[in-house]
Amino acid sequence: MLLEVRDLQVEFRTRDGIAKAVNGVSYAVDAGETLAVLGESGSGKSVTAQAVMGILDIPPGRITGGEILFQGRDLLKLKEDERRKVRGAEMAMIFQDALSSLNPVLSVGDQLGEMFVVHRGMSRKDARTKAVELMDHVRIPAARERVKDYPHQFSGGMRQRIMIAMALALEPALIIADEPTTALDVTVQAQVMDLLAELQREYHMGLILITHDLGVVADVADRIAVMYAGRIVESAPVHDIYKAPAHPYTRGLLDSIPRLDQKGQELYAIKGLPPNLMNIPPGCAFNPRCPMAQDVCRTDVPPLYEVSGERRSACHFWRECLHD
Amino acid sequence: MTEPILEVSGLVKHYPLTQGILFKKQVGSVKAVDGVDFALRRGETLGIVGESGCGKSTVAKMLVNLERPTEGRIRYKGEDITKLSGKALRTVRRNIQMVFQDPYTSLNPRMTVGDIIGEPFEIHPEVAPKGDRRARVRELLDVVGLNPEYINRYPHQFSGGQRQRIGIARGLALRPEVIVADEPVSALDVSVQAQVINLLDRLQAEFELSYLFIAHDLSIVRHISDRVGVMYLGRIVEIGRDAEIYDHPTHPYTQALLSAVPVPDPEAREQRDRIILAGDVPSPTNIPSGCRFRTRCWKAQERCTREVPLLAVPEEFRRVSGPAAHDSACHFAEEKRVVPPGQRPPGPTDDLGKEGP
Repeated sequence: MLLEVRDLQVEFRTRDGIAKAVNGVSYAVDAGETLAVLGESGSGKSVTAQAVMGILDIPPGRITGGEILFQGRDLLKLKEDERRKVRGAEMAMIFQDALSSLNPVLSVGDQLGEMFVVHRGMSRKDARTKAVELMDHVRIPAARERVKDYPHQFSGGMRQRIMIAMALALEPALIIADEPTTALDVTVQAQVMDLLAELQREYHMGLILITHDLGVVADVADRIAVMYAGRIVESAPVHDIYKAPAHPYTRGLLDSIPRLDQKGQELYAIKGLPPNLMNIPPGCAFNPRCPMAQDVCRTDVPPLYEVSGERRSACHFWRECLHD
Repeated sequence: MTEPILEVSGLVKHYPLTQGILFKKQVGSVKAVDGVDFALRRGETLGIVGESGCGKSTVAKMLVNLERPTEGRIRYKGEDITKLSGKALRTVRRNIQMVFQDPYTSLNPRMTVGDIIGEPFEIHPEVAPKGDRRARVRELLDVVGLNPEYINRYPHQFSGGQRQRIGIARGLALRPEVIVADEPVSALDVSVQAQVINLLDRLQAEFELSYLFIAHDLSIVRHISDRVGVMYLGRIVEIGRDAEIYDHPTHPYTQALLSAVPVPDPEAREQRDRIILAGDVPSPTNIPSGCRFRTRCWKAQERCTREVPLLAVPEEFRRVSGPAAHDSACHFAEEKRVVPPGQRPPGPTDDLGKEGP
């Protein structure tokens, strides 16, 4: 396994109390594999990724438990300077908003080249040549001329390509993409997702794709982990989950997508709101919104039951959900 | 077919680009909206889709008179409202209300919910006399599915979906006939989007509203709309009934847009025929000659650089009366089916291979 997160727990101390953002998350990604982490805002999907990358804001954040095994080493036990060598070189991250993730007062060539100067000790001139190569590789037209341009001179899609180029620069083994196409228009989104998938194959990287878009997941993922209130509620190979979800939350998400044969009818809507992370309901966190909830759901936190070989569901009634 | 309640013709909005501080010289213009025509019928929902910068929000602003058009007419029940001012304008504005995209910034954080929803009554006291207002606001809260007891709370005490309900209640306060909704659910979480869409549907039936529904999410637009218009760079390139646009698109941009939408079904991955457009949308300051889509179009020919294609039923479909015979602004319009969003992908026995009528 390339990356294995085991029972990760993260909380944030705020003035109003302790927000439990991640409550025992475990997932694994292999080289060449795409794991989609699906969840709504506040589900803990980005916080988990930040903990893996080691870019969590501490304080207010605090990792209170768990392990992050990357190529066999526990990253949480590394010293900060050792961690810095992993970050960027062995794992890299692509963020949602390319404009605010790039430095506005440095040319893109300088920002791309910086990776080689810092990590590889290259001269500025060689780094510039590498930057042009990278921009070519992510198919930015006229890379040689544009290497001196600043981020604001590029379109949204081109900026996201630059972010991808930067993540790929040192050929990391793992890429974490946090909503990489959410800020882009659909036609550009398709270009960028295609590029990312192609580069992943070329470099045989592990990819963690964080998203809320069930469509994007269906397009590129091998496996899915669905998160709710800081926990994984279901994980499965991508085909299984769309065919027959084994958790009522996953099913609710899938059912609330408008479908052709439902036109003119009321859309299925999950009732209520996601829980406040400072006050997560006892038992199953989803129970107040769940149409299948029973007494046991209000008292006992469901473990991740084994549904089949690679499938897990954190629902006491996963059998009923699956066969309903 | 009922008569149109709102009719837009030749609508244009150009923003001047100037240079110099003291002596401003116009050096060009941003052609945000560049000749838009459509009609909204009573009780109907017209969806407008398009990517960022296509001018869909500018159209919305002109309809509610937040922007004055550079050219063109907007007729509300036959009367041109673009030249109105004073009392006549106020009356029209009362009848065309807007719901905004971002429920976090479109509600004043220092006002209570009661004051926000009741504010329209200050300008239009004829709708609710002073003593009656709190009661009206409570009623509105109830209508949009919020507890009337929340009347004294502030916006920050609500979630995104609840705030959008407050925005909708404010839009309904004056009992308008037309609601212009600009991306009303795109800031909301998936599980909450469906709740708000259902609410909008219910309110339409209850109050006989006409909606202009602007969004970039094609499956949501299809669900709620009777007709759909596709915008590209300031113009409508294709418009028709929802099934005509989604199942029988004839404009290459519509086809590319539909094929690019990720379908929430992994089985569709292999079956899909995706059209990946090259490049980005051109700048609205410098619109290509002829057809504005030609720089990204795989069918473009010499004719497309010379002649602006008009929005009409293309010649080749004029004699047939099938679903492909709808307005499409392309010289080389032809039908092409793509797996539309919102459709479970067809099995091997489906009629994907068959030609349209």
